[in-house]
Amino acid sequence: MDRNLKWVFTVPTCIFVVAMVLFPILYTTILSFHSWRLSANIPWKFVGIQNYVDMFTDSRFLRSVWRTFYFSFVALSFETLLGVSFALLLNRKFRGKNLIKTAFLLPMVATPVAISMVWKLMYEPSIGIFNFWLRSLGMRRIDWLGSTSQAIYSLIIVDIWQGAPMIMLIVSGGLTALPTEPLESAMVDGASAWQKLCKITLPLLSPTIFTAVLLRLIDVLKTFDVVYSLTLGGPAYSTETMNILAFRQAFEYMEFGTASATLVVFLAIVMLISFLLLKIRSWVEVDL
Amino acid sequence: MMNATAGSRPRKIIGRILFILAVLVILIITLFPIVWMLVASFKTNAELLNVKKLFSFSFTIKNYVSVFVERNFMLPFKNSLIISTSAVALSLLMGLPAAYAIAREKMRIFSGIILVIRIIPIITFLVPWYLFFTKIGIAGTYTSLIICHLIMCLPLIVWIMIPAYESIPLDLEQSAWIDGCSRFGTFIRIMLPLSAPAIATSSIMAFITSWNNFMFALILCNSKTNTLPISIYQFITYTNIDWGGIMAAATVITLPIILIALFLQRYVVSGLMAGAVKG
Repeated sequence: MDRNLKWVFTVPTCIFVVAMVLFPILYTTILSFHSWRLSANIPWKFVGIQNYVDMFTDSRFLRSVWRTFYFSFVALSFETLLGVSFALLLNRKFRGKNLIKTAFLLPMVATPVAISMVWKLMYEPSIGIFNFWLRSLGMRRIDWLGSTSQAIYSLIIVDIWQGAPMIMLIVSGGLTALPTEPLESAMVDGASAWQKLCKITLPLLSPTIFTAVLLRLIDVLKTFDVVYSLTLGGPAYSTETMNILAFRQAFEYMEFGTASATLVVFLAIVMLISFLLLKIRSWVEVDL
Repeated sequence: MMNATAGSRPRKIIGRILFILAVLVILIITLFPIVWMLVASFKTNAELLNVKKLFSFSFTIKNYVSVFVERNFMLPFKNSLIISTSAVALSLLMGLPAAYAIAREKMRIFSGIILVIRIIPIITFLVPWYLFFTKIGIAGTYTSLIICHLIMCLPLIVWIMIPAYESIPLDLEQSAWIDGCSRFGTFIRIMLPLSAPAIATSSIMAFITSWNNFMFALILCNSKTNTLPISIYQFITYTNIDWGGIMAAATVITLPIILIALFLQRYVVSGLMAGAVKG
């Protein structure tokens, strides 16, 4: 019995994974070559690569791809910058450090839909606190979620609020694990604080930062809850990411063939980027 | 001591003040939305809708009465609790032995597969499952929701548990085998107790993930199995947004998670860091 135990232990998980992961992916791929609407009670119709052809000539789809990248890039850049700065700033002993650490956990774990509702109230054009502050400062009101040029940045702000603490947490962990000898010898040599930071701390920290960015990116590309509850992709599709587009194609328009094609491309993009970065990370680590 | 060489006394004091200011600003920005949610949940709707009364605040629990009595939030609360705990329990049942086997037998391929599942957007699963569950007539039941939540919880638990089992020395088990204990016996009697902190970490993370899930609930819940995140939409109609009710509901939904973060902070931190250490 003992020799077979490893199979007894892993088989339930394997069966579950095959049934629940592999089957849906195959099903989605096959469905993406068909035309099928749930509402009309008609069988699948094979259309070849028509869904994909339509998709790449559809400006709404192309813009959603671009927007997914743009959203992720802008949000992640700020999250990395702020997260790393906070981690460096807080990397010392002081009273209340634990309080700060606990406070930082809350944006990461608090239910995104519930928190989005709070942001929705704060962004509210007439009764929201942000516009109240703007007016108190004598500035013009901003239509935070209702303007096509502003809405995506309002969503990015919420994402930064959720994501920067994550980067900070991981980078803080990396900072405490750094070897102290290089910094000590630099101090003996009379290096300035700035030199120590740029020449020693940051290079030593780069694998950790890279890991933090990678982990966060996997989530940012898939942002759904915040976008859905704040703008639903609007106004005028201006915040529609691939995730939201696929969701609407499937569950609003009931065009499951089209939605499946979008999902296949979305899946491919997310996997490709993740694996590219994982690969790069393993090179970075070997170098050190 | 480190600063003894750098700068004079006044400069040090200014630096200290700037540091405290920076920390305070960060703290306020981080906590503001959560505090605002709490404050707004105790305001009347008349106060919420009047921008001149943004900071006045007559304590009322009317919003909570509306959440629990008029909207009957006890039902979604119960649903969320049932679905999340079942998903975590089943994930532990399947995931712990699997993680142990993967760690001990060095089945590297499986940890790769687990990583892939964590990367795949869960919306990819949603369309086929929705169609499948509808076809066999279980869409909207607890079963369908628990199955969906398993796909988030199980990989998370296996992911956190593999390094935990790898870090437990093999000698401990081997000496028990020599004493005649079966491999299954050592797993139950030695490995499980020794990995208790990691089990706590992984369960807490899986619970939070399941509790917060919105997308599955959006498609699969019916009026009897509504979970908490979806129930907040009861307060939004075409003609009216009941902000007070929404804020009270948001507080009710988030409170268990905030309590977990406050009282089980150590586990939450190590859970969030789990992916960063290895992989």
